[in-house]
Amino acid sequence: MDTTATLNRRAVLAGTAAWAAAAGLAAPAPAAAQEADELARKLMGPFKAKEGRVRLKMRDVAASGASEPITVSVDSPMTAADHVKAIHVLAEGNPYPVVSSWYLTPRSGRAEISFRMRLAKTQTVRAYAVTSDGEVWIARQDITVTIGGCGG
Amino acid sequence: MANSDRVKVRIPPKAKKGEIIEIKTQVSHDMETGLRKDAAGKTIPRHIITRFTCTWNGEPVISADWHQAVSANPFASFFAVATASGKIKLAWFDENGETLEYVHDILVE
Repeated sequence: MDTTATLNRRAVLAGTAAWAAAAGLAAPAPAAAQEADELARKLMGPFKAKEGRVRLKMRDVAASGASEPITVSVDSPMTAADHVKAIHVLAEGNPYPVVSSWYLTPRSGRAEISFRMRLAKTQTVRAYAVTSDGEVWIARQDITVTIGGCGG
Repeated sequence: MANSDRVKVRIPPKAKKGEIIEIKTQVSHDMETGLRKDAAGKTIPRHIITRFTCTWNGEPVISADWHQAVSANPFASFFAVATASGKIKLAWFDENGETLEYVHDILVE
């Protein structure tokens, strides 16, 4: 029984490491990035994100972290057969990294959304896009924040 | 329900059939994160809009789940295909059960 338990634990650990490698993370990933990874899996299930197709438009330096404009656009024909189903924005360094999830339809016409977000500190922002065929694409951008915007 | 005076939008009054139009919206809301403290050091309770939806003649165009990091007085812009004349309905749902609504009449020719 003891051996089985150990093996299971090892299998789980190996699985986690393999997943981290698949996600293209430098191991060991910082705690903030790991938390964001976990939340991303909660949103999208197990996935393998590919770089490309997603464009994240944001300033490199935020004057204030209280209201930073962000635009996420995805290359997609937005037809019934081939469209972007979801866009998820995560800020790795925020107290709760998930910022917003957008659920698009072919009626959206263009896979592009803009809004304004709070940033607690200098960090990496991620944008994921999930397509109708189940593929996941990702873009990342680092942003320097001089004054944090989450209160406290 | 009358259009909420806390909602501002920029949506064209008319569009050509099949045209992709931009919808810009802003709603007046504190989006209190639940992380701030008042002068007495007491935590100010969280109070945010958690869900946003847009439909065109009842059909979903886009919807969103929002969390604490969406800024106060949330701005959102996105696109929609002009299919038929009718009503574009926008709705914001906050976690205290309040709903803000805005209906825009559009002419598609």
